[in-house]
Amino acid sequence: MFSAEAKKKIPEILKRYPIKASAMLPLLNLAQEEEGWVSEEHMCEIAKLLDLTPPKVYEVATFYTMLNLKPIGKFHLQVCKSLMCALVGSDTLIQWVDQELGITPGETTEDGMFTLSAVECLASCGTGPMMQMNDDYFERLTLERFRTVIADLRSTGECELATGPFRWPDPEVTT
Amino acid sequence: MAAFKKVLLKNMDKRGYTGLLKEYEKAGGYQAIRTVLGKMKPDDLIDVVKRSGLRGRGGAGFPTGVKWGFIPKDHPGPKYLCCNADESEPGTFKDRQLMERDPHQMIEGIILASYAVGAKTSYIYIRGEFILGAKILNRALAEAYKAGYLGTNILGSGTDLDVYVHRGAGAYICGEETALLESLEGKRGKPRSKPPFPAIFGLYGKPTVINNVETLANIPHIVNRGPEWFMSIGSPPKSPGTRVFSLSGHISRPGNYEVPMGITMREMLEDYGGGMRDGKKLKAIIPGGASAAFLTPEHLDVKLDFEGIAEAGSMLGSGAITFMNEDTCMVWAAERLLEFFHHESCGKCTPCREGSMWLLQIMHRMEAGQGRHEDLDLLLRLCGNIAGQTVCAFGDAEVAPITSTLKHFRHEYEAHIQEGCCPFRGKPSELVGTGTSHQH
Repeated sequence: MFSAEAKKKIPEILKRYPIKASAMLPLLNLAQEEEGWVSEEHMCEIAKLLDLTPPKVYEVATFYTMLNLKPIGKFHLQVCKSLMCALVGSDTLIQWVDQELGITPGETTEDGMFTLSAVECLASCGTGPMMQMNDDYFERLTLERFRTVIADLRSTGECELATGPFRWPDPEVTT
Repeated sequence: MAAFKKVLLKNMDKRGYTGLLKEYEKAGGYQAIRTVLGKMKPDDLIDVVKRSGLRGRGGAGFPTGVKWGFIPKDHPGPKYLCCNADESEPGTFKDRQLMERDPHQMIEGIILASYAVGAKTSYIYIRGEFILGAKILNRALAEAYKAGYLGTNILGSGTDLDVYVHRGAGAYICGEETALLESLEGKRGKPRSKPPFPAIFGLYGKPTVINNVETLANIPHIVNRGPEWFMSIGSPPKSPGTRVFSLSGHISRPGNYEVPMGITMREMLEDYGGGMRDGKKLKAIIPGGASAAFLTPEHLDVKLDFEGIAEAGSMLGSGAITFMNEDTCMVWAAERLLEFFHHESCGKCTPCREGSMWLLQIMHRMEAGQGRHEDLDLLLRLCGNIAGQTVCAFGDAEVAPITSTLKHFRHEYEAHIQEGCCPFRGKPSELVGTGTSHQH
């Protein structure tokens, strides 16, 4: 179910479109922002809001890779494995995740902290290997930087190695 | 070359430029809408863009002014402009920089384009993963509303325009313009059969123009400096202007570089990309994103414009160039791209949906050293039954890595079959240290 806070955002979202169904992805994204995944209850609620049947919402939700239809770990590590990142070591990065956290793509650590997904291109091809972690991009990863990210996430829940606003090459970044 | 000055990346090159409204205004921003709104007829603006020769920067390279001209003038109901910010073609990361570092440049382009076609509502369809980009755009839109550049009666011109950011949720195909419209309407992002084209039957069945981020970012400059100026840079008459190329792969300085169209691939690699990394030799080039056919070092003197790359047998596409070194297995590279296409096939057309799976199965066994000689003909036959047999260009895109590697590197396929293994195994995916090799 949408939280009271999320519910406040819904009228503004619906106002953007001449037909209600257009709010489908915004609402599915909003649902996912709440708990990291989209539950059946969320989909039923969205169906009601948009005057659609629940299967119609499910049909759309299953099309989009970013929408998690099952609960996932607190931190979702998404490593780009497309060719451009693979050329500069994304397969090695996936091995580091296994080595440091003991998970392979599709798995979640036992403590529920980390889920790993191997995903297709995230538009970061000049700064690979890289991963998206929840909302943030981490680019030009080395084993050392990757370890820092994991340690920071474990201790404080965030990491200042997150990149962006994006510019590359960036004369202000020299390492 | 020395005379060339950046256009689209110029502002962000300034020290401390963060893309806020006041910085964009100080750099001459939002002058173009003052020149145009309420002062120039929409048709005259379309004519300016037609005369500039600007072609779409998203991939297809369709003339922008001509596209705008297709919108019916006498349509009684609403019309729409969609900015395609889905940037999902592997290899491409230019729009991300244009949006996150200079969002107002693109927003001014959206205002001008909407005015030209008579759209009062515009949607920026941004890929779901660009969460930071969406935040930056929303902040910039709020600034533009506050300054009176958006909303009702913009700058007292009688023009109204609302712009909204619409986030996708992870689907490559939504960069295809009719799939984008379907997705925006709240459906699965599956391309529509054409005709009718979006100019006639677009978003909600209304006349709609869909333009790429970089395309729109060019519009204010064309208005300010004139179509003749634009036509004088790059590779006129068919490929005028600059292009922001995204360089990736085994080179010393990957990144985004804005250059006049028409420089050679060699100049791009050596003068901008810093040459091949670690003293390795160049083996293959993908010149226009994952959908473009592979080229070889023989093509280093090809001109980087629409015609030059097409004559070489590939396409300029989204302006994403990937360089691969001598250690890269071409069968592995094609297999990796096929994994992408198989994952992203929307499933609408049988040849693409089923074909991508068959192709991938064959490529898997080929790379594993279990390929058979007859597989090479089978691959080509399958490719022939996919390309041109689908509703959108995805079918042509997914066969390009296979047909082009078979054309240029057939001996590598044969080596896999003869040796019963990948002769390069382990090499292409070794970490090559992109994290520390940049020199400034």
